[in-house]
Amino acid sequence: MGKTLVEKILSQKSASDAKAGDIVIAKVDLVFAQDTTGPLTVRQFQTSGFERLVNPQKTALFLDHAAPSPNKELSTDHMLLRQFAQQTGCLIYDIGDGVCHQIVAESLAKPGDIIIGADSHTVTAGALGAFATGMGSSDIAVAFALGKTWFRVPESIKIIVSGNFPKGVYAKDLILHLIGQIGADGATYKALEFGGDTVDTMSIAERLTIANMSVEAGAKVGLFPADKMTKDYLTSQGRGDHYQPIFPDADATYAQTININVVNLEPTISRPHTVDNVALARELKGTKIQQVFIGTCTNGRLEDLAVTASILKGKKHHPETRLIIAPASRKVLLESIKAGYIQTMVESGAIILPPGCGACLGLHQGVLGDGESCLSTANRNFKGRMGNPNSFIYLGSPATAAATALTGAITDPREVM
Amino acid sequence: MLTGKTFKFGDSISTDHIVPGRLAHLRSNLPELAKHVLEDADPTFASRVKTGDFIVAGSNFGLGSSREHAPLVIKMAGVSAILAKSVARIFFRNAINQGLPVLICDTDKINDGDKLEVDLKAGTVRDITNGNELTFGKIPEVMLHILEEGGLIPYIKKHGDFKL
Repeated sequence: MGKTLVEKILSQKSASDAKAGDIVIAKVDLVFAQDTTGPLTVRQFQTSGFERLVNPQKTALFLDHAAPSPNKELSTDHMLLRQFAQQTGCLIYDIGDGVCHQIVAESLAKPGDIIIGADSHTVTAGALGAFATGMGSSDIAVAFALGKTWFRVPESIKIIVSGNFPKGVYAKDLILHLIGQIGADGATYKALEFGGDTVDTMSIAERLTIANMSVEAGAKVGLFPADKMTKDYLTSQGRGDHYQPIFPDADATYAQTININVVNLEPTISRPHTVDNVALARELKGTKIQQVFIGTCTNGRLEDLAVTASILKGKKHHPETRLIIAPASRKVLLESIKAGYIQTMVESGAIILPPGCGACLGLHQGVLGDGESCLSTANRNFKGRMGNPNSFIYLGSPATAAATALTGAITDPREVM
Repeated sequence: MLTGKTFKFGDSISTDHIVPGRLAHLRSNLPELAKHVLEDADPTFASRVKTGDFIVAGSNFGLGSSREHAPLVIKMAGVSAILAKSVARIFFRNAINQGLPVLICDTDKINDGDKLEVDLKAGTVRDITNGNELTFGKIPEVMLHILEEGGLIPYIKKHGDFKL
């Protein structure tokens, strides 16, 4: 019987005939933690009596959530992680290097890999055909030491995407639409597997946005085939030798198949306080927004900043709406400077944050005031997510965010394009 | 047999309700972090919960982040088990890894403040306050083994590896 993408990867890595529902033990190709989950990971590792990493070059720490640190406690956590890296020889990416998931995509993930990280958005690397999923600090600590973990092989939901994106509609709108359709627990314990003619020509940047948010439907992993687009992306990053093609079998078994024709989509928004609470941007026209935040592992890539700059070019942000932009990595920042996007954004009145998670999770760099609303390109709008339970978060594409920054209220980007 | 009082929550209680990002600086000071457990869902919970009590919730409990601090501080607060209609994947695995049972059952029949008796072996919940008897779904075997050792770290310390 044919295999899904998940079954193919887990079969290969567990040296067994893995089928949905099986429990397998598989070797991991990359295991990582970040600065808000890493300290507990290090402590669990030490509590277990472990001293050595089984594979330091496949183990990474990222200092991205508090970059740079806003307080002494997190600064001390950073010290712990730097010391652990020095002692064990693992990879470390320090403040300013960028968001873990963006660096994993740029430099580390390979098609067919198994990647686990102490961060729920580890699923992002599914865009490159890697089985990538988030776990907690205990699981990650054990994988640091043993180089393996256990998985229940998930059933897959096939998402077949067809048609060409209309003007003003992007991958972000597609994934928000899908989550609205199946719900925030619509794929719990399952994998989302994307395919169809739209996917065949979809850039890796767009695939990363979609894979990133698969966890917002509860999915264990959001997987794309590794195809010509993947090969071209890896080659452009100087790692063409990391490519291997991976496709699902035509006779694979799926729990469910969902067809989406993107021709019918419009700019889409998630309303407070759950990601599946979706509406069209035009239906929310006029909703006042005090802060726009563009960036994160969902939408902080060069392609996102290109769209943002094209909308902002020669215009000023609305005086009552702050505009905060965080490139997802140092590489993205450098390329955005070279392309002139940063100049355009700064001239429009934007605040540019260092590469990292920025305002996304409420630590710093754009905490909302009581009663304020933010339109963010991030992946979560839970109550309190941006540092204040008495505030409101709307999620949308970079185009919708940029358009909203210009008008001061939620705006369908097609009005300004 | 576990016995205690229930604290009832609704659907979609996220890890940000349990331990929000704004308190990330307390993650290396767990006793202090535990004082804020579930603060954004019920600011009075931390001061009222007693050892042995239960969290009873609706669907998709624990959605969101991979932060294991969420089940960790719930356990530190004294909660003996979480009963929910459904639970998010990472939270479920993290809770078991912390030795905190998560039981899937129809929680509509349990009210806030009810006294419960939970028999983990038999898979039954008795609501002493209203007399209802419920059953909960089986915990997958691999997780049961981890739970029986009190969590993943004690499990690995004992076995040195995964023995599935």
